[in-house]
Amino acid sequence: MLVVGAGAAGMAAAKGASEKGAHVLLVDNEEWIGGILQQCIHNGFGVHRYKKELTGPEFAAELKSEIPSDVEVKTGTFAHEIVPNEKRAILVSREGIEEVSYESLVYATGARERTFQSLMVPGTRPAGIYTAGQAQRLINIEGYLPGKRALVLGSGDVGLIMARRMYLEGMEVVGVVERLPYPGGLRRNVKQCLEDFDIPLYLSHTVIRVEGYPRLEKVIVAKVDGNFRPIPGTEREFHVDTLVVSVGLIPVKKLVADFVKVRSGVLVSSSGQTSVDSIFAAGNVTTIFDLVDYVAKEGEKAGRSAALLAKGEFRGERLPIRKGKGVKILHPEWYDPSVPLSVYLRVEKPMEKALIRVGKYEIEAEDLTPAEMVNVDVEPPCESEVSVSVTEV
Amino acid sequence: MKVVIIGGGVIGTLIARLLSFYEADVTLIEKENDVGWGVTKANSGIVHAGYDDEPETLRAKLVVPGNEMYSQLSKDLDFPMQRVGSHVLAFSDEEVKILEELYKRGERNGVKGLKILSREEVLSMVPKVNPDVKASLYAPTAGIVVPWRVAIGASDNFVKNGGKLVLGERVVDIIASGGRVRKVVTDKNEYKADLVINAAGLFADEIAEMAGAEVMPIHPRKGEYILLDTQEYTPSVLFPTPSRGTKGTLVLPTLSENTLIGPNAVDLSPDEKNDVSTTSEGLKEIYESAKRLVPSIKLDEVLRTFAGLRPESPQRDFFIRESEGVWGFINVAAIRSPGLTAAPAIAEYVVEDIIQQRLKIHLEKKKSYVKSVKQIKKVSNMSLDEWAELVKKDEKFGNVVCMCWRITEGEIVEAIRRGARTLDSVKFRTGAMCGACQGGRCAIKIAKIISRETGIPLEEILTNSDGSNFVVGKVRI
Amino acid sequence: MGKAKRIEKIKCIRCPLGCTLKIKISEDGIEIEGNRCPRGVEFAMQELKDPMRILTTSVKVVGGKLPLVSVKTSGTVPRSKIHDLMGHIKKIKIRAPIKIGDVIEKNILGLGVDLVATRDCDER
Repeated sequence: MLVVGAGAAGMAAAKGASEKGAHVLLVDNEEWIGGILQQCIHNGFGVHRYKKELTGPEFAAELKSEIPSDVEVKTGTFAHEIVPNEKRAILVSREGIEEVSYESLVYATGARERTFQSLMVPGTRPAGIYTAGQAQRLINIEGYLPGKRALVLGSGDVGLIMARRMYLEGMEVVGVVERLPYPGGLRRNVKQCLEDFDIPLYLSHTVIRVEGYPRLEKVIVAKVDGNFRPIPGTEREFHVDTLVVSVGLIPVKKLVADFVKVRSGVLVSSSGQTSVDSIFAAGNVTTIFDLVDYVAKEGEKAGRSAALLAKGEFRGERLPIRKGKGVKILHPEWYDPSVPLSVYLRVEKPMEKALIRVGKYEIEAEDLTPAEMVNVDVEPPCESEVSVSVTEV
Repeated sequence: MKVVIIGGGVIGTLIARLLSFYEADVTLIEKENDVGWGVTKANSGIVHAGYDDEPETLRAKLVVPGNEMYSQLSKDLDFPMQRVGSHVLAFSDEEVKILEELYKRGERNGVKGLKILSREEVLSMVPKVNPDVKASLYAPTAGIVVPWRVAIGASDNFVKNGGKLVLGERVVDIIASGGRVRKVVTDKNEYKADLVINAAGLFADEIAEMAGAEVMPIHPRKGEYILLDTQEYTPSVLFPTPSRGTKGTLVLPTLSENTLIGPNAVDLSPDEKNDVSTTSEGLKEIYESAKRLVPSIKLDEVLRTFAGLRPESPQRDFFIRESEGVWGFINVAAIRSPGLTAAPAIAEYVVEDIIQQRLKIHLEKKKSYVKSVKQIKKVSNMSLDEWAELVKKDEKFGNVVCMCWRITEGEIVEAIRRGARTLDSVKFRTGAMCGACQGGRCAIKIAKIISRETGIPLEEILTNSDGSNFVVGKVRI
Repeated sequence: MGKAKRIEKIKCIRCPLGCTLKIKISEDGIEIEGNRCPRGVEFAMQELKDPMRILTTSVKVVGGKLPLVSVKTSGTVPRSKIHDLMGHIKKIKIRAPIKIGDVIEKNILGLGVDLVATRDCDER
């Protein structure tokens, strides 16, 4: 069995598969395993999986310790090509180019960050604009500071965490700008990353222009209306040499997108199986998760299913899950009656009290916002089609 | 004989390359930290067929030979070129009439293979074209190139033949006495010169003024572009029917599997020669214009936007001539569109017609020189066996650094060995950081590789120009 | 029940659920709503008195494969002390090898918690 990507999803998949008796090869292009967790040195990971609050590197270390020793790990190894019909993959590393055959494969390449360049913000194209993950790697792994005075665009978790990180490392952080009327990240991060340090959060605002060349000098921000259009007369200038951009993650699905069904991410069933029987996927390459705990849970499940398939003990069914009222994002795409169903959803709008329906099950929930993913676990419903909806009560 | 060429764009580097075949002491001075970062960097990258330019102009005289020279030049300098063909699309009977005029003009200019295609013919060649199209002027000789790769190849060839490439120095004065040029002064050095070739692009008027030679005033005309991360829209270059002296907003495929839309044309004042900022109006304008050609174009796969400046002059023709007042000073100025296409022919025109015939300088060919170079070999263009061989020789070719385009550490180190010191220099030589993540994942790794290979501290590694440092300090001292 | 003098809304940060806690302060005392577990009450009370946080950052490594090792405080520290702590931590240098869980400094600034490495760092 081959697992591509050794972040949380891939590590957990390797663990799940190995425990089901598969011989597993786990590969990653970085020099380490643990993926992006290694640069997330803040705490808040593992509350569900390990019932304690860990930092990213600690979560990775815990997960690593769960991987049985017979799992073969190759870092610095790039999956160049997957040939699904022949069940083989081409791997590139400093040792050379090798072809490996697999019975089943788990694709767990995670996500990349949406770029500032793709937002079509007018202005110059200066140095000093970083994605939040890039700034995070610079500061936490490489030990370098991106600039002296920063503005953050996007209030996703990484954006909030980076605002605090830069502040604590002595940079001036003049604010966080969010085009939505509510913060994009977890509420606890708004509190402990911004409010604790009096870093202003500008909701319903966006960056409309950048100035300065070759280095960023000025960022112009304006309030936006309900359609995210800048409102004239509300412009505000920030003199900064650094703009850190946290405007969403995009699944890295390039290697498999030609032969498995994809939407924004790789589509999977509740077992982790894609539209191609022998290929499974888990983690942020399928949908963007809020919590690494969820990613590990789904990775482990995909690993187990993939291992069983390799042994001929897994059939794999893909029954439809229908997105009902009130649901903005729903994961997974299909359900498989042979495994418990974990549904992940984001609501369309904030709701104080709500009723979530998953097939025949009804679950009460409070305080839902689109920014926070809801996880509902149910026993496999025995219906031919499951519908998921959320109604405010 | 000492020759100083000012400006390391596609014009300056191609002239430098050609002169490096001869016995002459040639220095190429570029104010930026690498060649090809000015006008060369941000244009449509088209090798035009040559039907646009009014006969009698120097443009018309040089564009068709330039186009033809690209076939050999792309082999010699090892840059990719594809003759993907171009269509000028007509949407009304009036526009069809203009196509006919262009066709005639093209024939007079010597353009080969021009054809007026019916609506059905256009639709079968470009299925996503606006179905309201009435006809197109099809030019099979039109092609696409990566313009900075032309400049890089030419400059590498020049250096290989012993030419002296000076980067990061700005010319501040040109000393002439006794009616002839003597010296070029930069902010850092002085260079003796018998001949000075002014290929300074947007700044050619300022350089001419320094020499006291004839000045062709230059003003920048800004063109904004949107680059899309898909190639689904068109296999060849699409132009609207031209108006107001511009070729209009185009839709074209690029050699890196993208689609480029743009440019618009905004005339700026002469003191705005550094303004390559995009504007919301401009981006909107080009999107709307592009949709007229291909209505299904969407902006959900934007890779980036950018703007370039074209050196425009009042007479709208190239201004390529030796100075009458200052012997040895040669203006190669106002190289507007189709300057990239004409560039190889311009280089020949300068070296043969101007230097040898008009200035009557006899140039002796060197006993040995090369006229071709190999650019960095991309593993992504190799067979797996070839790639595997390379990894065996050097394990760095097995370390994939740019995951979007599969560029290895080996290719990056090779770019550095060839002189790249900035992130953009690596980008333009290898293609790294051009993909979907725009360097989000690999820029750090590349900056570290440059630092390791050159010994320059990471804090001093630049993105491009001076002052564009990638990082500014350490977290812990 | 007396009239509420002050109502404050805060976000519980004890876990990623991030409950919104409604704190009603009146003459009769303090009432907390919105918590999904007892830690919410505990958090709210502490938050009113003296907010406590875990600090995560990095320490300079000498002779290591990495330039920095990530660290955390073994327990919460008063928010008001974070600046002093950062100032102190920026001066610490530690020699590789370092193991995850290693105590870098005991009872840091006398706050009753240790500074602990959160990753391994091998010798260069």
